[in-house]
Amino acid sequence: MAGTVYKESSHAFRKFKSDFMMAVTVAATIVTLIPLFLVLGYLVFKGATSLNWAFFTHMPTPVGEKGGGMANAIVGTFEVVGIACLIGVPIGIGAGLFLAEHRLGRFADTVRFCADVMMGVPSIVVGIFAYAVLVHPMGRFSTLAGSVALAIIMIPLVTRTTEEMIILVPHELREAALALGVPQWKTSLSVIVRTALSGIATGVILAIARIAGETAPLLFTAFGNRFWSTSLVQPIATLTVQVYTYAISPFPDWQRQAWAGALVLTVIVLALELGVRWVTRAPAKAAR
Amino acid sequence: MAENVAVVGRETRRRVRVRLFGDRVFNLVTLGLAAIVLILLFALAIALIVDAMPAIRKFGFSFLVTSDWDPVNDLYGALPFIYGTAVSSAIALAIAVPLSLGVALCLSEMAPDWLSRRLGFLVDLLAAIPSVVYGLWAIFVLGPWLRDYVESFLGTYLGFLPIFAGPKVAVGMFSAGVVLAIMVIPYISSVCTDVFRVVPPTQREAALALGATKWEMVRMAVLPYGLSGIIGAIILGLGRALGETIAVAMVIGNSPQISASLFAPAATLASVIANEFAEATSDLYVSSLIALGLVLLGLGIVLNVIARLLVAAVARQRFDSSR
Repeated sequence: MAGTVYKESSHAFRKFKSDFMMAVTVAATIVTLIPLFLVLGYLVFKGATSLNWAFFTHMPTPVGEKGGGMANAIVGTFEVVGIACLIGVPIGIGAGLFLAEHRLGRFADTVRFCADVMMGVPSIVVGIFAYAVLVHPMGRFSTLAGSVALAIIMIPLVTRTTEEMIILVPHELREAALALGVPQWKTSLSVIVRTALSGIATGVILAIARIAGETAPLLFTAFGNRFWSTSLVQPIATLTVQVYTYAISPFPDWQRQAWAGALVLTVIVLALELGVRWVTRAPAKAAR
Repeated sequence: MAENVAVVGRETRRRVRVRLFGDRVFNLVTLGLAAIVLILLFALAIALIVDAMPAIRKFGFSFLVTSDWDPVNDLYGALPFIYGTAVSSAIALAIAVPLSLGVALCLSEMAPDWLSRRLGFLVDLLAAIPSVVYGLWAIFVLGPWLRDYVESFLGTYLGFLPIFAGPKVAVGMFSAGVVLAIMVIPYISSVCTDVFRVVPPTQREAALALGATKWEMVRMAVLPYGLSGIIGAIILGLGRALGETIAVAMVIGNSPQISASLFAPAATLASVIANEFAEATSDLYVSSLIALGLVLLGLGIVLNVIARLLVAAVARQRFDSSR
């Protein structure tokens, strides 16, 4: 039978075709990885030559004035992301805990579905939402609005990884604790969550890496600021928005600083990603 | 004696009550946090619909099919941006799908385990790089390179086609499509790799036992088995490409026009929101931009749901066949 299907193809030709196609897949992998190395290479090359101490310690200078740095934007990124975590992490972990403990309920199914759908919502749309509910009523751009936008992006990621990590905890552990007379809530918090803690932390850190690199939802929420932001209801500078603004500006000195900012940003994000993978050693994939 | 039992009983009952109370509080708190996830999604949709209402009321359905985007005269139509989003995503998928399938096959069928893990990690890193960094790189490196080599090559040999005609510029639809392709490859290829890995070994062994070469085995057993998963992965990638904002806004040229040439500047739904939202002056202008966001939200949700159903179908298939 096989002879009739492959009448025209000699064995040697079929073998050659197979080897050829397999070589094509290897070539595709190499072509795919070239941009990765090019991007990282240019970042190191262009970024490192533009990076100096002043970049970390000085404020942005007005157009035409040389020098200056992104001190406020670096601090701003940590501030916005930190507040986003304060909002997003408890909600995400709590919701994930609920989903893991009520696996089969209809409500849990609905919530799980919504979390999955939220991962598909473009981040700029989340920015519009934060604008509509916070910036517009308050009448000004604010740190809080930026953090809320990032928290909304973070919540479904944390929820789903928390759920997946908790499901991995063996059932016997829960049963043992309950048999000893430990209340259910205490079992959940001090036995189940504690056992799954490193996995949950991995999910949280990957979510942080993800939101730290977001620009679109911050454009009209956190907005940007040429000075230090001292209050939650003031606009604030962030690395990503600052890099964006400088990159599309026509001034060479700003473009140079954009490369430096991009390098710092990438180092922060990759350090989080690589650090977490290196510590856990398990290739934990963020839910996508 | 009897008194003692009564005391113990009371004490136990008290403890049980306290414990039940604790459990109830705990359940309520987690339930509330889970409800927030649900409420957020609905609040998102409702807030956008409410704020887009002025534009919807003013222009109605024609908002989606007219191509005037004229803030000076307060006239808005979404067509140029829908077109820009569709074409830039199409370019991205045309490049990303073959490459992603190649990567996924290489990782699941070719590379030994230790190499596959490391290569998979590198491909994942592509997804970790912030999109503003891709945008920066595209403005200063990729765009000019595409203009000088790829676009001039296509223009010279295929210039008779309208899509490859016209002046070559570093910022335009084509550059945006290529950047998008680089950014969605890790998403498509990682889902495809997972899908190929769940193809049951018996399927592969059956093909090999019939005398199939490796490639024939892939075509007969792996690809058909994973087909719905592959389509799901592509739709997931499409969802990413549609919603990607900053990198596109930096290289697409931001011009609300529909041109035949792929090299010409254009704009997408997401890029125009990023560019004009903070500067929008009239209420109708803001509302129209939010209406664009609503279109984007609808597309994102629909594509995501379809993709997840398709990918889940492969997992179920495996479950059925393993019984």
